[in-house]
Amino acid sequence: MAKKGNVLLKIEGLRIEAYADEKWFEIVHGVDMTLHRGEVMGLIGESGAGKSTIGLAAMGFARDGCRISGGSVEFDGLELTTTSETDRRRLRGSRIAYVAQSAAASFNPAHKLIDQHTEAPVHYRIRKRMESQEDAMDLYERLRLPNPREIGFRYPHQVSGGQLQRAMTAMAMSCRPDLIIFDEPTTALDVTTQIEVLAAIRDIVDQFNTAAIYITHDLAVVAQMADVIKVLLKGDEVEEADTKSMLENPQEDYTKSLWAVRSFRREQKPRPEESAAPVVEVKNVDASYGPVKVLEDVSFDVHAGMTVAVVGESGSGKSTAARCITGLLPPTSGRVLFQGEELPASYLKRSKDQLRQAQMIYQMADTALNPKVRIGEIIGRPAEFYGGLKGTDLKNRIDELLDMIELDPSKFYARYPPELSGGQKQRVGIARALAAEPTFIICDEVTSALDQLVAEGILKLLDRLQRDLDLAYMFITHDLATVRSIADEVVVMKQGKVVEQGPKDVMFKPPHHPYTDLLLSSVPEMDPEWLSTLLEERGVDNVGEAAST
Amino acid sequence: MADVARIVLMRLGLGLLTLLVISVLIFGAVELLPGDIAQAVLGQGATEETLAALRQELGLDRSAIVRYVDWLAGAVVGDFGVSLLNQAPVAEVIGPRFANTLFLATYAAVIAVPVAIILGIIVALFRNTIFDRVANVATLTSISSPEFFLGYILILYFSVQTGWFPSIAKLSDGISFFELLERTFLPALTMVLVVVAHMMRMTRAAIINLLASPYIEMARLKGAPGWKVIALHALPNAWAPIINVVALNLAYLITGVVLVEVVFVYPGIGQLLVDAVTKRDFPVVQACCLIFAATFILLNLAADIGSILTNPRLRHPK
Repeated sequence: MAKKGNVLLKIEGLRIEAYADEKWFEIVHGVDMTLHRGEVMGLIGESGAGKSTIGLAAMGFARDGCRISGGSVEFDGLELTTTSETDRRRLRGSRIAYVAQSAAASFNPAHKLIDQHTEAPVHYRIRKRMESQEDAMDLYERLRLPNPREIGFRYPHQVSGGQLQRAMTAMAMSCRPDLIIFDEPTTALDVTTQIEVLAAIRDIVDQFNTAAIYITHDLAVVAQMADVIKVLLKGDEVEEADTKSMLENPQEDYTKSLWAVRSFRREQKPRPEESAAPVVEVKNVDASYGPVKVLEDVSFDVHAGMTVAVVGESGSGKSTAARCITGLLPPTSGRVLFQGEELPASYLKRSKDQLRQAQMIYQMADTALNPKVRIGEIIGRPAEFYGGLKGTDLKNRIDELLDMIELDPSKFYARYPPELSGGQKQRVGIARALAAEPTFIICDEVTSALDQLVAEGILKLLDRLQRDLDLAYMFITHDLATVRSIADEVVVMKQGKVVEQGPKDVMFKPPHHPYTDLLLSSVPEMDPEWLSTLLEERGVDNVGEAAST
Repeated sequence: MADVARIVLMRLGLGLLTLLVISVLIFGAVELLPGDIAQAVLGQGATEETLAALRQELGLDRSAIVRYVDWLAGAVVGDFGVSLLNQAPVAEVIGPRFANTLFLATYAAVIAVPVAIILGIIVALFRNTIFDRVANVATLTSISSPEFFLGYILILYFSVQTGWFPSIAKLSDGISFFELLERTFLPALTMVLVVVAHMMRMTRAAIINLLASPYIEMARLKGAPGWKVIALHALPNAWAPIINVVALNLAYLITGVVLVEVVFVYPGIGQLLVDAVTKRDFPVVQACCLIFAATFILLNLAADIGSILTNPRLRHPK
């Protein structure tokens, strides 16, 4: 794609250090970047690649515990690494703006949206408060927020995630900056909401000819947004090229491996015979949180050795269904059967053996593992509790479990969770579930907090364990790529109801239920034209409506 | 707002229930005091007849439950019985003393609360600098010293050596408000020194605790200067813990000032309580305890309501 204007940002040999264990060590090792006015650069890489750190350095900002230790950052002729902090601060918000990953966490809960919007323009005396409010409403309208004249007067917790992300983009625009750093702005959103936000960001950046750095780990997303893509790995640049050639013809092996990640598929198992008894049967379950009904007439079966993927947007009741099966949330009506036998509604009334049979693996291995307990003990505890193992037997069992999850027992037995990487922690979570020798495991978004390469490793491991141990999985996810790779059966949920269910091959072939169709068509594809084509098909004005119907 | 009203009413109900439980405890504790109350009041030389007469007068011949119900029914309408020392109604004995204590507590609070919060904001802004450390060490020193010690130090420097303020907070009729403030300045200052550290450190901690939040980083990335980040973005979200610690310290200013009152010979409720205990004037003891308990409960209730009102999620439901 053609360069759009003169050079706006020029980064040369950028080095950044972080402070840990009482010494500084380098996390970005000499990265160069040239960005022209109106140009959008995509920064991609796994976690730890230094994407956000570099994005913030473009604002002359380093997080607490980090410092820019070398190289230059020149923004529109001003050298940010040597100028005063006051000068740097005055650029932020006015000429370089930032859009954070989680708008829900990045809006101040104590102030109305519009007051946060007008803060920078009023502070910089670019606009008076009233003018700035008018401008905010205008931007809200351009970003297709509902009720643009009123939505700003709400508090962040009164507005949905996708709307907040658009409001944050509007806030970044409040001073009409030359450059916006988008730091994973859609990562926390559902696919259907992601489309609205992507379309809105692309439009507004286009309308004001703003340059942008778009940080993401999702290749398909960056393909829609960027003119140029730069791939990063552990603080080094791997390669840079314009979007089209990067997608069609990546040069480096690492880039190729990123591109190939989405290809893991395991073969779908044949449906069990009609007579075969399912491991778990969920029959007409209703559930509510207080007066709010969250599940309505939910039914599905899980057979031995099979994976049932439960998909849907946030709030669709996926995790609530899991809570009903495990008895954490007793259903208000309906039954849960295990191997043909009805389970008591509350886990308090279930026998030890019934509890042992159904185990869970959680999304955030960080918070699901006690940071102060050694790995060996974490895994050993359920083996001791359910299996009654002690002494050498217990130690052997723990070693065996660590072997199963491909972690070396001699190295990991005595370590603590914070010393492990995200993928290793998730493996420990899996081992803990296996320690109880269950027949049924609920995997609640187990890969969504992980990088794609790491997530793939976890999926392969789960698949192997399923074959070896004949496990039944209920796989809760909002990621349809994961469903494609490992599901046998798919259950689509929306607002507490099952809208469609069936074998994977049938579910991924048309005709679909309209909601399944919406979910499927909303998953970004690597084709740079995908978003434009999709918006055209749906009719631009209907993006929001399509998602809300 | 209907939700907030409901929560407030619920807390109020719970507060009343707590007070009821405490009233049982207070009554029970006085019952458990060793020895016979009539004997203690009249002394060893009393005859059987006078003892019996006093018991009957005090109603001690009735069962404890009947007396409790009687006492509680009176307390609800402000009738705590009569003092055993001078036969004056307890409410009349306590009333002016409690007013004095409230005055001193208010005096100290009006100085201490703003100073503590502003100082807390400033040390949060200049965290980990020399200023922060000096403020921390100074306030910690003052909180770690016993009140009577602080009181005597203040008397030594501000009264004995310089003669700026009177060392005895004697109240007499017909003094002007300004004179009143001057006479009670040293006890008030002692109490300020005792409570400032706690509130300041909590303000600092509550603010610093929030500085790692994404919305604080966002405020910085919008170019807000340091003081704005603290005052506009961190402080509004830090009120709940601050309000709680302020309430706790206000309660302390009312219920924990016995030593300060003794040092400065100030006629407050703390001294009255101590006197009443030594003289076995149990109606006064019970009433003082009940007032202290009610103060604690009311201030904690106020803190709860304050925390609710500063939480936008509760103030503006979805």
